[in-house]
Amino acid sequence: MTDMAKSIKKSDRIERLKEHLYKEMPQIEADRAVLLTQSYMSTEGEPMVLRRAKAFKNILEYIPITIRPDELVVGAATKRPRSCQVFPEFSFSWLEDEFDTVETRSADPFHISEETKRTLHEVYKYWGGKTTSELASSYMAPETLLAMEHNIFTPGNYFYNGVGHVTVKYGEVLQIGYKGILEKVRAEKAKMNFGDADYNTKTAFLEAVEISCEAAIYYAKRYAKLALEMMDKETDPVRKKELAVIAYNCSRVPENGAETFYEACQSFWFVQMLLQTESSGHSISPGRFDQYMYPFYKKDIENGTITQEEAQELIDCLWIKLNDLSKCRDAASAAGFAGYSMFQNLIAGGQTEDGVDATNELSYMCLEATLHTNLPGPSLSVRVWNGSPHDFLIKAATVTRTGVGLPAYYNDEVIIPALMSRGVALRDARNYNIIGCVEPQCSGKTWGWHDAAFFNMCRPLELVFSNGKDEGVQVGPVTGELESLKTFDDFKVAYQKQMDYMIALMVNSNNAIDLAHAERAPLPYLASMIDDCIARGKTPEQGGAVYNFSGPQGFGIANVADSLYSLKKLVYEQKKYTLRQIKDALDNNFGILEIDDDKALLAANETAKVLRAQGQNVTQDQITDIYNKIKAEGVVVNAEYNKIREDILALDKFGNDIADVDALAREAAYYYTRPLETYKNTRGGTFHAGLYPVSANVPLGAQTGATPDGRCAKKPVADGVSPSAGYDTHGPTASANSVAKLDHGIASNGTLFNMKFHPSALEGEGGLESFVALIRGFFDQKGMHMQFNVVSRETLRDAQKHPEKYKSLVVRVAGYSALFTTLSKSLQDDIINRTEQTRF
Amino acid sequence: MDSLKQIMNTTGRIFDVQKFSTHDGPGIRTIVFLKGCVLRCRWCCNPESQEYKIQEMVQNGKTKIIGYDTTVKDVLADVGKDMPYYRRSGGGLTLSGGEAMCQKEFALALLKGAHHMGINTCIETTAALPFETVAEFAENLDYILMDIKHTDPKKHKEFTGVSNERILENAHKLAQIAKSLTVRVPVIPTFNDTEEEIFSIAKFAKNLRGVEEIHLLPYHRLGYDKYVGLGREYLMGDLQTPSKEHMEKLKKSAECSGLKVVIGG
Repeated sequence: MTDMAKSIKKSDRIERLKEHLYKEMPQIEADRAVLLTQSYMSTEGEPMVLRRAKAFKNILEYIPITIRPDELVVGAATKRPRSCQVFPEFSFSWLEDEFDTVETRSADPFHISEETKRTLHEVYKYWGGKTTSELASSYMAPETLLAMEHNIFTPGNYFYNGVGHVTVKYGEVLQIGYKGILEKVRAEKAKMNFGDADYNTKTAFLEAVEISCEAAIYYAKRYAKLALEMMDKETDPVRKKELAVIAYNCSRVPENGAETFYEACQSFWFVQMLLQTESSGHSISPGRFDQYMYPFYKKDIENGTITQEEAQELIDCLWIKLNDLSKCRDAASAAGFAGYSMFQNLIAGGQTEDGVDATNELSYMCLEATLHTNLPGPSLSVRVWNGSPHDFLIKAATVTRTGVGLPAYYNDEVIIPALMSRGVALRDARNYNIIGCVEPQCSGKTWGWHDAAFFNMCRPLELVFSNGKDEGVQVGPVTGELESLKTFDDFKVAYQKQMDYMIALMVNSNNAIDLAHAERAPLPYLASMIDDCIARGKTPEQGGAVYNFSGPQGFGIANVADSLYSLKKLVYEQKKYTLRQIKDALDNNFGILEIDDDKALLAANETAKVLRAQGQNVTQDQITDIYNKIKAEGVVVNAEYNKIREDILALDKFGNDIADVDALAREAAYYYTRPLETYKNTRGGTFHAGLYPVSANVPLGAQTGATPDGRCAKKPVADGVSPSAGYDTHGPTASANSVAKLDHGIASNGTLFNMKFHPSALEGEGGLESFVALIRGFFDQKGMHMQFNVVSRETLRDAQKHPEKYKSLVVRVAGYSALFTTLSKSLQDDIINRTEQTRF
Repeated sequence: MDSLKQIMNTTGRIFDVQKFSTHDGPGIRTIVFLKGCVLRCRWCCNPESQEYKIQEMVQNGKTKIIGYDTTVKDVLADVGKDMPYYRRSGGGLTLSGGEAMCQKEFALALLKGAHHMGINTCIETTAALPFETVAEFAENLDYILMDIKHTDPKKHKEFTGVSNERILENAHKLAQIAKSLTVRVPVIPTFNDTEEEIFSIAKFAKNLRGVEEIHLLPYHRLGYDKYVGLGREYLMGDLQTPSKEHMEKLKKSAECSGLKVVIGG
C-alpha cells in the first residue's frame, strides 16, 4: 500500500457538525422568494438578464445569514440546516397546493410555518403567468402535451425547476477571484463598438455579470462582518481564534484569488452555495475537486503551513456543508428523486488533459472524507482508466464496502471517445467530470441539459398493441392492427415507428422548455464561470457555452429486450400464441388480480384461520408473511392468462450472458439512442441519450401496464441498463457481461448499472481485490458505469420477507457467492446470523 | 498430445457451473462441478455429486434433474465468457465435484482445453485415485487444492468410507510434481476438530515439499436440505458449526507446524 492510501485521523468536530445538521426537521424558508419578488416588481420593462442580476443582488444583500456552531467553512443558504428557499420564477402553484401536505408526505417532507405559508401566498400573487413553466407549456405542440398527459415521457425536472446540471470553472475563481473575472468582463466591454449587432444585448449581459459577481463579493463580506461580531461575543478562546480566521477568509475570497488551501475551501463553498441561490437547478456538481484544489494543498504542505490532518478536516467540513443544501420538489418529483438529494457530483482520479494519471493525495482524501462523514453528499465518483493506481481503486472499494453506496465508478476508456464523438476536443474530453447521477461532460465549458426528460421505453411498446391508442385516445401513430404484424420484423418496425414519433415529441417538449429558460431565467452569475459566455455576450441558456447538449434519458431497456424476446419465441418462432392472445393476457394483467391492503389482510387472516383449523400453530410473523406475499404477487383469477406468463418467465432473460437475448437488448437501446442523436436543440447543440432512470423507474412503472416480459402492471420498470430485478440469476459476472453487450458509447449522456452485494462478498483483502477485478473486467468490455449497494443484515431480513424485491442479491455463502433468495430459509437464517459477526 | 478437436468433443457429466467464485483458487474463478466421487464423506455438502448417475432432487418444492452430459467445447464456451475477470484477477477454471478425477478423460480434456484458451486451471481434489492418474492431472494443473481430512486411517475410513493410506502417499508424491499445492481440511466436529488432530494434519502437510499454506474449512449445514431433497438420511444429525473461538484455537495449533493457516478458503 502506498503512503497516500493510509487512513487519516478524523477530527472530533465532524461528529458535532453532523449532529447539528440533523437535529431538526428541514423547513421551507420564504426569504429568497420575498427578496426576488420585491426586485422583480421594481425592474419591470428592463432586459431580463439585468432583472435577474438585480434580483440576485437584492437577495444577497438582504437574505439572513448565519454561521453554524463549530463551522470552519461558512455560508448557509437557509437559517435552519438542510432547509430550502423557494424559486417562484420557475413554478409555484404546486407548492401552494401542497402547503398542507408537504410536512407529512412520505418522500422528503419539509416543515412549513403558518407565517411562511402566508408570506408565500402573498408573494405568489405576483407570479401568475410569469414563470418559465407557463411559457414552456404555451410553446409546446398540442401533440406533445397530449403525450405528456398520457405519461409516455416526462420533462418535469426543468419544466418546473431551474436547470442546474453544470460544473463551473471553480479553478478560475480560486485562482483569480471575482476581481479577475470582472477584469475580463471590463476588457470585453472595451473591445465593443456601438455599431456591433450584439452591442445592446451583450452590454446588458456584461453589466448583469458585473452586478452578480459584485453581489457575491458583498455577500462574503457580510459573513466577514458577522464572524467579527460573533468573535467579539465569543468567550471560548479557541473558537474566538477560529472566528477571526473565518472573518479574514471571507474578507479575501471569493473577491481575490485564494492564497491558502483554507481560503480555497471557503471560496469554493461560496461558489457552490450561491449557484444554488441563483437558481433551483440541482446537480450543481463540484466535479474535479482533487484537481483544482491540488495546487493550494501542495503549496501549503510544502510551506508547512498546514498538516494533512488539518486539510482533511477542512475537506470533511465541506462534505458536511454539501449536505446542508436542499430543495423542495413537488410530491411526484420528490418520489422520483427520493432522498433529499442535490446530486452534487464530485469526482476523483482519472487523467489530466494531457492524458497522464491525475490521481493525487487529494483524490485519496476525498474518499477518506466520505468514510469520515458517511453521508450521501457529495455524490462521490471515481474515474477509472487503464493507468489508475491499483491502491486507489482498493481504497475506493473500502468505501463501497461500508454500504454508503459510494463511490460510483466511471470508465474513461468509454467516456472519453463517447464525448469526442459528440465534438468535444480531446483535451476537454480527458478533463471530463460527472454531473448529477451519471452524466459526463467537460467542466466549465458545457451547458449540458443532462437530465432533460424521463422516457419510458415500455409505453411505446404498449402503443404497438393498441395501434397507437391509449385509453381510447389516438396518442401515437397508427402502426397497424396486430393481425397485420405477420413477422417479427413487422412488429419491430411498428415499435420503431411509435418510438420515433414519441422521441420527436419529447424533443419538442425539451426545446420548448429550453426557450422558456432563455427568455425568462437567464443566469448571469453562472455565466461568469462558463466558457465562452463572456466573449459571446450570452448566458448558457442563450447559447453562451462552448458545448451545448440536451440529454433526456430512456429506461426500460431490459423490459423491452425481454418483451421482444418473448414475442420472437412464443409468437413468431414457436407460434404458441398469437399477438392477440398476448394482448388479452396483458390487458388482464396475466390473470392476476392486485389486492388492496384491506383485502390482503382479510385474505391473510382467512388463510391463518384455515391453517389453525387444521391444528397448525400460526404466529403473527407468519400472517405478516402471507399478507406480504398476497400484496406482492396478487391473486391468480384466470389460469389461461397466467399460463402465458409462466411460459414467458420460463424463457431466457437479459442479464444472464446469453447471446440471443443480449443482442435484442442492444437493439432495444438503439431504438432510443439512434433517433435521438439526429435532433438539434435551441442553443445550436445536439441531443444525445442517457440510459438511466434516477429513481423514476418506480413511479413511472406505476403508470405502465403489464408488459410481455412477464412484468405485471404498475410494477417498477427495470433500473437503468441493469437487468430486470430478479431476472439475472447467474451471478455478477454474467449480469455484467450482458450489460457490457449494450453500446455504451452511443449513450454519451451516461448509463447506469446497479449491483447489489452483501458486505461479506467484499470481506478481507481478497474480497476487495475480487471486487476491483470485477469492475476492471466489466470496464475492459466497454462498460461505462457501475455502482454498488452493499447491503446489511437488516436488508437481508427484509429480503426474506419480500424476496421478489431482492432476486439478484448476491451473498457469500460458504467459500462461494450465491443469490440470497434462492437459498432455503434455514440457510438464509444462517447467513443472517453470520453477518452479525462480520466486521470491517 | 490429443488434437484440439478431440479435446473439444470429449463428453462428460457435470451438475453445476458456478461463476464468480472467489475462494477456490486465486482470483475470480468459474467452478465446474463434475458428477461422481470415490469418497462418501458423511458431512458432504454436495451429496448430489456423489453418484455418477443422473438423479432427481427436490429443492424449494420443485423437482430438479441433477446432472447432464455435455462436451468440453460447450463447457469451455461458458467458462470463457468470464475471461476479462480471470485476466484482471489472476483467476481461471476450477474443477470440483464429486471427485473430478473420476471422469479422467473428460476432466483432463477440460484442463487442456482451458490452457489452450489461456485460462489457468485449479482442482479441488481428494487425490484418492491411482497415482499415475493424479500425476497426469498434475501436469495440467496450475493450482491444486487437496483435501487431507485425517491422519488416522481407521477414523478416515469410518467417516469417508475409504482409508487414507493412498491419499497420504499420493500427497507426498504429488508435492514433488505439483506447481502449487495447498492443503485443505474440512473441520468436522466429532471427526477431526480437536487441536491434536488438526495439528497432526498440519504437521503432515508441513512435511510436503513446497506446501506453505493450509486452509481450515469449518463444517456447515448447507447440505442438509439436499439430503432431504434426495430422500437421504442426514448422518450428521444436529451437529453445530464450530464456533469462531474454536476455529481460532485450531488455527493456533495448526500454526505450530510452521505453515500459514487460513480459516475458510
